[in-house]
Amino acid sequence: MGCATSGGNPADPLEPLNRVVFGFNDTADNAVIKPVAKAYRAVLPGIVRTGVSNFFSNLEDVWISVNDVLQGKFQQGLDDFGRFLFNSTFGIAGIFDFASELGFQKHNEDFGQTLGSWGVGSGAYLVLPILGPSTVRDGFGLLLDTRADLVFYIDGVPVHNSLYGTRAIGNRANLLDASSVIDQAALDKYSFVREAWLQRRRNLVHDGNPPREREEPDDEPTK
Amino acid sequence: MNPPNDRNPIAMRISACWLFALLIPLAQAQQPAPDVLVKSITEEVVAILKKDKDIQAGDTKKAADLIETKIVPHFNFIRMTRIAMGRNWRLASPEQQKILADEFKTLLVRTYSTAIANYREQQIDYKPLRAKADDTEVTVRSDVKQSGSSQPVSIDYEMEKTPDGWKVYDVKVGGVSLVTTYRDTFAAEVREHGVDGLIKSLGTKNRQPERAKAGKT
Repeated sequence: MGCATSGGNPADPLEPLNRVVFGFNDTADNAVIKPVAKAYRAVLPGIVRTGVSNFFSNLEDVWISVNDVLQGKFQQGLDDFGRFLFNSTFGIAGIFDFASELGFQKHNEDFGQTLGSWGVGSGAYLVLPILGPSTVRDGFGLLLDTRADLVFYIDGVPVHNSLYGTRAIGNRANLLDASSVIDQAALDKYSFVREAWLQRRRNLVHDGNPPREREEPDDEPTK
Repeated sequence: MNPPNDRNPIAMRISACWLFALLIPLAQAQQPAPDVLVKSITEEVVAILKKDKDIQAGDTKKAADLIETKIVPHFNFIRMTRIAMGRNWRLASPEQQKILADEFKTLLVRTYSTAIANYREQQIDYKPLRAKADDTEVTVRSDVKQSGSSQPVSIDYEMEKTPDGWKVYDVKVGGVSLVTTYRDTFAAEVREHGVDGLIKSLGTKNRQPERAKAGKT
């Protein structure tokens, strides 16, 4: 709260700096990333895009299962590793997600969440260049996530750079509808995205059941 | 001034009482349980969306009308606005509170009339309602699975019991609240420009033409 120019959210002491990076990201998104993602969505049929996103999603399941185990969720860890084995073989290198159809639901885990489940607080809110919203804890988690990324170990710099690129564009294309909703919804996009991001991460750390936040002093039950 | 007929006013009052006595339990019996309500409204709206070619083609005016008539009556916008305002709610006069709630409603309706045009085939699973019979606040939980995506998104409705049925006062999508996401923005606006400043910027946002933002590229 010390900084006079900050908006007053105690979770965001670096707001002036974050706003600069956020502005840069938004410009880069509008100029390059979003147009490419739109073209990607316009050119490729839905079934191909689903195949591409399944392929990358399948590779992530290995690290997800490691994080399950680190968080003490052993059954979920087995299921997620089973998803990887099953989809890699019967799903032709993960292009088809048959495991989901059999009822083995995809999970969302990463090392930032694992740290959170161990009781590590999220720390200050950070906006990373290009990568977007994060926190000190999740940024640190991301360093490990990147190291554990299977794409990282695919040989040949051109190959894995183009895989990174395809994955990023595919992910952005999946978010086109959501980001147009945010543009329509937000009065101040920066603080809207910050609040939404922090709530989302809190929800993920608690696997969908976060403890109830303390109610605002004015929020007594109605009449 | 006298009623046009000269029948015994007491008898009339008694029959009126009888009428009410008959109607009140009827009205209560017709108030559906919160999960049933959410499910039936969703099914009704989805059925319309599937048929309506105009909304699918991006007619946001028609989408807004749909939301206004089918969904809005089941929301408590006063409470939603109060939660988004936090302690600043007290700084607003009753008239300002009413304007704020109206503008906030307009903003949300406009936002979701854009979103609703993107509707794709979805599978919605409702989780069993965990509530006691005399609860006045409940959470209705659902999982929505979009075709082409393996991971379901949770949509939770926070609801309260009112004399005219259950009302939604918050919706959480993947844990992100439709209402509290505005807390920081509203607080900053009130701190810098007062309650009137917030009303003004909501009004400006709401009167901005949609095409300038959504359909630019």
